[in-house]
Amino acid sequence: MDITIVLSQIFNGLSLSSILLLIALGLSITFGIMGVINFAHGEFLMIGAYTAYVLQKLSIANSGGSLFLLSLPAAFVVAALIGLLLERSLIRFLYGRPYESILATWGLSLILQQLARNIFGANNVEVASPGWLQGGLTVMEGLQLPYNRLFIMAVAVLCVSGMYFYLYRTRSGRRIRAVMQNRQMSACMGIKTNRVDAMTFAIGCGLAGIAGAAVSLLGSIGPSTGQNYIIDAFMVVVLGGVGRLSGTIAGAIMIGTMSPLFEFVTTSSMGKVIVFALVIIFLQWRPSGFFTLKTRTVD
Amino acid sequence: MGTRLKENWIYLIFAIVLLLLPLVLSEFRLNLLGKFLTFAIVAIAIDLIWGYTGILSLGHGVFFSLGAYCMGMYLKLQAESLPDFMMWSGLEEVPWFWKPFQHFWVALPMAVLIPAIFAVIIGIPTFRAGIKGVYFSILTQALALVVSIFFIGQQPYTGGTNGITNFRDIFGFSLAEASTMKVLYLITVLALIVIFVLSKWLVNTKTGRILIAIRDGENRLRFLGYNTSTFKVAIFALSAAIAGLAGALFVPQVGIISPSMMGILPSVEMAIWVAVGGRGTLTGAVIGALVVNSAKSYLSETFPDLWLYFLGALFIGVVLFFPKGIVGAFARLKRQDSSKRYLLTEGREV
Repeated sequence: MDITIVLSQIFNGLSLSSILLLIALGLSITFGIMGVINFAHGEFLMIGAYTAYVLQKLSIANSGGSLFLLSLPAAFVVAALIGLLLERSLIRFLYGRPYESILATWGLSLILQQLARNIFGANNVEVASPGWLQGGLTVMEGLQLPYNRLFIMAVAVLCVSGMYFYLYRTRSGRRIRAVMQNRQMSACMGIKTNRVDAMTFAIGCGLAGIAGAAVSLLGSIGPSTGQNYIIDAFMVVVLGGVGRLSGTIAGAIMIGTMSPLFEFVTTSSMGKVIVFALVIIFLQWRPSGFFTLKTRTVD
Repeated sequence: MGTRLKENWIYLIFAIVLLLLPLVLSEFRLNLLGKFLTFAIVAIAIDLIWGYTGILSLGHGVFFSLGAYCMGMYLKLQAESLPDFMMWSGLEEVPWFWKPFQHFWVALPMAVLIPAIFAVIIGIPTFRAGIKGVYFSILTQALALVVSIFFIGQQPYTGGTNGITNFRDIFGFSLAEASTMKVLYLITVLALIVIFVLSKWLVNTKTGRILIAIRDGENRLRFLGYNTSTFKVAIFALSAAIAGLAGALFVPQVGIISPSMMGILPSVEMAIWVAVGGRGTLTGAVIGALVVNSAKSYLSETFPDLWLYFLGALFIGVVLFFPKGIVGAFARLKRQDSSKRYLLTEGREV
C-alpha cells in the first residue's frame, strides 16, 4: 500500500476528529455537569449547518459575495440561543435523569429534524466553499492536503484552546468545573448553579453549531446531517471519559482516525464493525474511558 | 390477595378477547394486530431488562431482526433453491452458513439462540468491565447502528437494504390466504401469553428479586456477595432471545425483514413502548406496544407529515408528565378514587 494513501487517510481522519471533537465537547460537558445525555446534540450541528446555508443565501442576494467566515460565529450564536431556549423550556427538567433524558432528547431530535424538513425541504442543500478554501497544500508527490479540511482542523484547535482557556483560566469557567465536581457544595458557596447549567448547555450547543458550519464545507447538508455524526460523537465520549478536555480530545482523535483507516483497509461496513469491536476491547482495559475525575465514591 | 385475583381475571379476559378477535376483525386489521402483538412480545423483553433490572438497551432492534432474518431465510430457502437476492448478487449457491436454515427445526431454534448468543458475546465484556447505566445504552445504540450497516453492506448474504421479502408459503400454506394469517395470528397470541406468564413468574421468583435489587442498588448487592454481572448477562441474553422469537413471528405476518427494523430509530421506539405503557409492570409493556403502534398506524396514515412531531412529543411528554406510563397514571387515578384513607396514610401521594 502506498504511504501517501495512508497519510491522506490519516489526514482525512484528523479532520473528522476535529468535527467529532467539537460535538463531543458539548456532549461530555453536558453529561458531566448535568447528568443529561443529549441525543438532540447532533441537531445543533444541523442548525449550525443551516445557519451557514441561510447566511450564504442572504449574502449572495445582498452583495454577491459569500462571507463564509461570518457563518462560524453566526452558527455559534444561533445554535447557542436555540440551545438556551430548549434548556430553559425542556432540558432542565431532565437533570440527573440520564435514562429519561435519552428518550426525551431523542424525541426532541425527531421534532427538530422534521422542522428542518418542513422549513428547508427534505432534500440536501449545498453550501458553496469560498474560493480561498478550494485546492490544497501539496506536501509531497501524490499527497495534497485540501485547504477546507486544514481549515476545519484550525477551527477545532482554536475552539478547543478557547474552551481550555475559558474553563481553566476564567472565573466563569472555574464555576462550571466547580459545579461539575460538586453541585451541592458549589451552590453552598454561592454559585448560581442553574445559571451555570444554562450557560454550559448553550456553549455546548454553540460548539456543535460551529461544527455544523464546518461540516457544510465537506459536502451537502440536510435535515439528518446531525445523525451522521452523533453516534461517533457518543463513542468519543465513552472512550474519552467524562469531565476532562484531554479525554475528549484523545477519544476524538482515536475514533476520527480509526474509522476512515479501517473503512479504507476493509470495506465501509466492516470498518465500522472493527471500530466498534475495538471500542469494546478498549473498555475492558479502561472501563470509564481515558481520563476521568478520580473519586472515592462507589455510586 | 384480592387484587392479585382480580388482576388474573383481567388477564384471562384479555387473552380470551385476543383469541376471539379473528372472528370479528377484517383480514387487514387482524394482520396489523398480529404485527403489534409481536411488538408486545419485544416490549416484554425490554421491560424485563429495563423495567426490572434497570438496564436500558437501545439495541433490541438488532435481536428482533436477527430472529426475523433466521425465519425469513427459512421461508426463502424452503421455497427457492437459490433466493432471488442471492441470484442478483451473482451467488451460484446458498452459502454454507445459511444452508441449515432450509429446515424449520433449525431455523426456529436459531431465531432464539442466535440473538441470545450474540447478547452473551456483547454482554460479557461490557458487564464484566462494569460498564453500566447510560454508557451501556450508548454502546447498544452504537451496536444497532453498526449491525444495521453491516447487514446493508453484506448484500449477497442478507439482501442488503431491501432485506428479505417475497415469501410465498409456510409449510405449504400460502401466505396470501386469510386462513394462514389467522393461524399465524393465533400462534402469536399463544406465544405472547406464554411469554407473559413466564415473565410474570420469573420476576416473582428469587432471581426476579435479585434483578430488581440490581436495579435499585447494584453495589449493595455486590457487597452481599452476588456476582451481578452474571445475572445481567443472563437477563440480557433472555431478553434478546424473547426479542428474537418475536422477530421470527413478525416475518411471516409482515412479509419482509430489512435493516430498517434493526437500526437506531426502531430500537429506541421499542424502548418508548415500554416507557409509555409503564416500566416494571409487564402489563404496561404490552399496553404500551399496542397503544403506540395503533396510534402510529392511524396517525402516519392520516397525517404522514405530523407523525414525527407526534412521536417526538410523545417521547418528551411521557418522560415529563407520565414517568410511570399509562399503568402508573391509572394506578394514581385509582388511588385518588379510594379517597381520603390514602391521603391520610401516605400524606404526600395525592
